[in-house]
Amino acid sequence: MKRLLFLSAISAAAGAAPADMAEAVKSVESAAASAQSAADNAWMLASCALVLLMTGPGLALFYGGLVRRKNVLGTMMHSFVLMALASILWAVAGYSLAFGEGNPFLGGLQYVFLRGVGMEPNPDYAATLPHLTFMAFQMMFAIITPALISGAYAERIRFSGMLVYTMAWLFLVYFPMAHMVWGKGGLLNAFSGGAIPCFDFAGGTVVHITSGVSALVAALYLKPRSGYLKEPMRPHSLVLSFAGACLLWFGWFGFNAGSALGAGPLAASAFVATHLGAAGGVAGWLAAEWIRTGKPSVLGGISGCVAGLVAITPASGFVLPMPALLIGILAGLFCYAMVAVVKMRLGYDDSLDAFGVHGAGGTLGAILTGVFATNAVNNALKDSAGQPAALGLVDGNPMQVLYQALGTLLAIVLAAIGSFVCLKIADWTCGLRVAPEQETDGLDLSMHGEEGYSFEA
Amino acid sequence: MKKIEAIIQPHKLEEVREALKRIGVEGMTITDVRGHGRQKGHKEIYRGQEYQVDLLPKTKIEIFCRSERAGEIISAIATAARTGKIGDGKIFVLPVEEAIRIRNDDRGEDAL
Repeated sequence: MKRLLFLSAISAAAGAAPADMAEAVKSVESAAASAQSAADNAWMLASCALVLLMTGPGLALFYGGLVRRKNVLGTMMHSFVLMALASILWAVAGYSLAFGEGNPFLGGLQYVFLRGVGMEPNPDYAATLPHLTFMAFQMMFAIITPALISGAYAERIRFSGMLVYTMAWLFLVYFPMAHMVWGKGGLLNAFSGGAIPCFDFAGGTVVHITSGVSALVAALYLKPRSGYLKEPMRPHSLVLSFAGACLLWFGWFGFNAGSALGAGPLAASAFVATHLGAAGGVAGWLAAEWIRTGKPSVLGGISGCVAGLVAITPASGFVLPMPALLIGILAGLFCYAMVAVVKMRLGYDDSLDAFGVHGAGGTLGAILTGVFATNAVNNALKDSAGQPAALGLVDGNPMQVLYQALGTLLAIVLAAIGSFVCLKIADWTCGLRVAPEQETDGLDLSMHGEEGYSFEA
Repeated sequence: MKKIEAIIQPHKLEEVREALKRIGVEGMTITDVRGHGRQKGHKEIYRGQEYQVDLLPKTKIEIFCRSERAGEIISAIATAARTGKIGDGKIFVLPVEEAIRIRNDDRGEDAL
């Protein structure tokens, strides 16, 4: 249909008198613009759905399989309920606080209740997309980020306490962080004149460092599960976790390549970087594990894939394929060390390793983005002469590594303090930790009144 | 009457059932159980955390029979379930006081 319009416009231009020429050219231009908009929008709507798929069922299956059988539904519910709760908060106020025009730390209120967010593009963020598409894409990130934290408090948190904690956390940590990194005029937004110009293509700081560090604080605050390191707490179904990890890998293409906010070459570059990051993560983790324990495990392979994906997230739209592979491999090695060695030494109970994978992998990825970012991939940033600016260390801009470190530090501090405050609020209002007998019964029965596996039915 | 209780390796169940079918044993009860005898368990590692798994999956077979049949049933089970390695399991024989068929109240050997 669009194509027909385009062709008829061209043939009209070819045979037209000069007076009609301007009109015809205008009509060709408008047809081309609307064709690009349609193509970009098609990819972005698909990406929205891919990112939602990462939370449910991706993350829900991944985490659900790692807990004991009596907590499988409770754990899946932590992810699933956020598909509703975070969406509501996002539409009511979150989008405005993250992407509205405000100060360097927080957006304004002009988009509350999605006022003024319609089918017309918002050129501040994505000139070829309906504003609604951009809003919906970012909404999916606000869902999965708090869901990632649930790995740390799994198997012992009250459902009501979890809801209050997460609501407070979105307002205190996520919305400000998203604004600082991606919002117009944000403190860390390199593309909008931020004072500390950071590169974070798809959420290394905003998503993974904030959630990973918040997870560590939550694990420390809640104390270990009863019987931790005394009773066996083996994953009850690595088959579920396997399926979940593969869905995460699949959905991550929307997460990273979608962050190009269009269907152009940058999306293809981010797509390939993402895939190689995941592949490198699998290789790195499996190699470390094989050498250290003598057996390459399936859980190791899927954990490595997530670690690689986490680390490549901030870099995906800035780096070439080979550096992407390297980032993935390093993330696999580093996260394995964090989870299998450092956690054991320190003794905190991050049930499903939200910190060891997302906090550690996110930090590594954020720093390495400063090393490997290159304008051969992303030329959106111009220098004073209007030429593509040098991005990372490989482009001859060593300062970028420092900026990335500063941005990371800011994310860590905000997440640590914010998470602690939110835990306190939830503890005072609802109580955070379940009673000992509820923990023994499992969250499925004590919080939700049902069981994941009913063998008598 | 006797009760024969055999705890065997799960993967040997089909062979044992074949052997029992060949000598005409018609009824049995099979349960998936976990346990250990002198056999040591194994080690599992999840993200660097080691677990010693002592309770291993086994299959329990329960058969009630006339006393004079016990011998051939035992040897059928033992032959079919044997691999010669540690962990093959055990067979126990217990006396049975009474058997009742719920449907029609048959008693004793008639109820088997």
